[in-house]
Amino acid sequence: MKPTLPLDELMSPGHLACQGCGAGIAMRTSLKALGHDTMFTFPACCWTVIDGPFPYSCLEVPLLHMAFEATAATAAGIKAAMRALGKDKTTICGWAGDGGTFDIGLQALSGAAERNDDIFYFCYDNEAYMNTGIQRSGATPWGAWTTTTPVKHFKKEVKKSLDDIVAAHKVPYQATASIAYPEDLYKKLIKAKEIRGFKFIHILAPCPPGWKARPEDTVKLARLAVQTGIFPIFEVEAGKYAQTVKTPTRKPVLEYLKLQGRFKHLKEEDVAEIQRIVDMRYAELEKRFQG
Amino acid sequence: MKKVIMGNHAISYGATLSRVQVIAAYPITPQTQVVELLSEIVADQKLKAEFIKVESEHSAMAACIGASSAGARAFTATSAQGLALMHELLHWAAGARLPIVMADINRAMAPPWTIWTDQNDSLSQRDTGWMQFYCQSNQEVLDSVIMAYKVAEKVLMPVMIVLDAFSLSHTYETVDVPDQALVDKYLPPLDYKYRLDVNDPHTYGGLTTPDWYMEFRIKMHEAMDQALVEIKKDAAEFEKVFGRRYDPVEPYMVDDADIVLVTSGTAASTARFAVDQMRKKGKKVGNLRMRLLRPFPFADVREHLKNAKKVVVIDRDISYGYHGIWAQEVKSALYGHSKVPVFNYIAGLGGRDIFPETIMNIVADVKKMKRPEQDLYWVEVKK
Repeated sequence: MKPTLPLDELMSPGHLACQGCGAGIAMRTSLKALGHDTMFTFPACCWTVIDGPFPYSCLEVPLLHMAFEATAATAAGIKAAMRALGKDKTTICGWAGDGGTFDIGLQALSGAAERNDDIFYFCYDNEAYMNTGIQRSGATPWGAWTTTTPVKHFKKEVKKSLDDIVAAHKVPYQATASIAYPEDLYKKLIKAKEIRGFKFIHILAPCPPGWKARPEDTVKLARLAVQTGIFPIFEVEAGKYAQTVKTPTRKPVLEYLKLQGRFKHLKEEDVAEIQRIVDMRYAELEKRFQG
Repeated sequence: MKKVIMGNHAISYGATLSRVQVIAAYPITPQTQVVELLSEIVADQKLKAEFIKVESEHSAMAACIGASSAGARAFTATSAQGLALMHELLHWAAGARLPIVMADINRAMAPPWTIWTDQNDSLSQRDTGWMQFYCQSNQEVLDSVIMAYKVAEKVLMPVMIVLDAFSLSHTYETVDVPDQALVDKYLPPLDYKYRLDVNDPHTYGGLTTPDWYMEFRIKMHEAMDQALVEIKKDAAEFEKVFGRRYDPVEPYMVDDADIVLVTSGTAASTARFAVDQMRKKGKKVGNLRMRLLRPFPFADVREHLKNAKKVVVIDRDISYGYHGIWAQEVKSALYGHSKVPVFNYIAGLGGRDIFPETIMNIVADVKKMKRPEQDLYWVEVKK
């Protein structure tokens, strides 16, 4: 059988990710496409820990740890230096969680997107501040429990449409991706590497401890998020939307929700509300997919 | 070549002559001319550099940190609110041991809104691990940028060049702009050993347990101690190449002075003028100009104040609930070494002028007292 992804690993075992960590899979898969000629900067996020404590690192590429809100600007600075030093070919990546992207890092992200800095910005989205112990972020979906949206007062605000915010900057390339569809992610990165300018990649990264789910369900949850239409997989190239993982028939959201303790408290009408939110968003995107 | 230029442009020329490779900056009054001129110089390709016009000062410093980590000579400039916004990343730049150079044009902090000078913005950054050079002339500003890269790249700690808003930033003075060849001889290209390198990949700044964190901090402190040694050595080297000398402190008629004023920034040149006037009337007054805040030149301060009968620190800053910040530094340097009384006067906040008369009045006031009767004295304030 011919493997669908390169067998090379640029991420070593022995890292500190939790069992079934979606963010770990996201990095492992992304590195297969990005290759050795790549540099990263991370803000405060789960990956600050996952990489390993000083003096260890599980990555075989250079990595600069950085402050929480600074990812995009830092990556832009690295890129400018590499250009000044005549090493323009190296791929420069910011790699941040949802808190560092949707919330505290949004200004720097917007600045770099508007300037069309020639960098990759990855957001691995586990839908809350997981590294600090599951506090709600702008990426937490309606209905979810977190430690700052307790069961009695679960989150009543919908997830921020970050992809739309990035799209409003008219960046040359942006995509959503899923760890359940690694070939799709791989193909997107191979293509985006050749595009000059700002590239935004949004990867849903299920988090077993934060979602109160079984570690063995991580990939299943990521797949269900796509199949239910909760996290549609698409790309936007020069303003043109294309759905790269098609979902002609969508599963009910309940199939996704019921595997996660963070939604356990929801009543039937709450599930119906989530279905309504998801249907609305999906319909909006579908129009764009059809051009 | 001699040119008549404003302090802000002296910074731009200093950065250009230092062949900075990445500039990231955000506009703020009174800093804007620094980056306006640099934009022009870069756009005209008179300097081969990348200029990132960022969306905030926080991102300016973030971009400098990224650029410096990748091995490029990085530069930015700011003032007041911008510097305060950078605060988190000032710690980061120093902790990451990056030889970044920044100019801070001293502007008082809001509220109430103000654009005029005092030193509270930069002095509040005292403990971030940045060296701070306080300048008194446009020539010193230009020279200091070049010197800053030299010492920063030697000890791997960042440097802040500090100058007063308007009384220096927007004031035109004759400045000898050195030849590029001379500067190139003095300041070799940056070869940053710890740069991000795909052929030798490392992780920088990762999670560090109590087992190791303190050792990183000791190394920063040792680097600052080394910086003081280098700055003193470099004063002679710089003088040899450019014919101008900058020591950590600048004594003026202190040896036989009964009263020594301790000043910094443009207030120091006013103080020297006042000293000349008072000397003509037979008053034994001297001035000690502080150029360095960090690394703090303890030995020089003790040496030049050892004959004084009274020390008067004039602060263009205030630590609320304490007293002037320079006074605090000077007192701490003298404690256990000298019994000389230290008087502290707070003057010129928010850009209020410090005139020669202001200084002469302070001296007259001090003459009336044997020892300070208050921890601090406010100068020329409305009752």
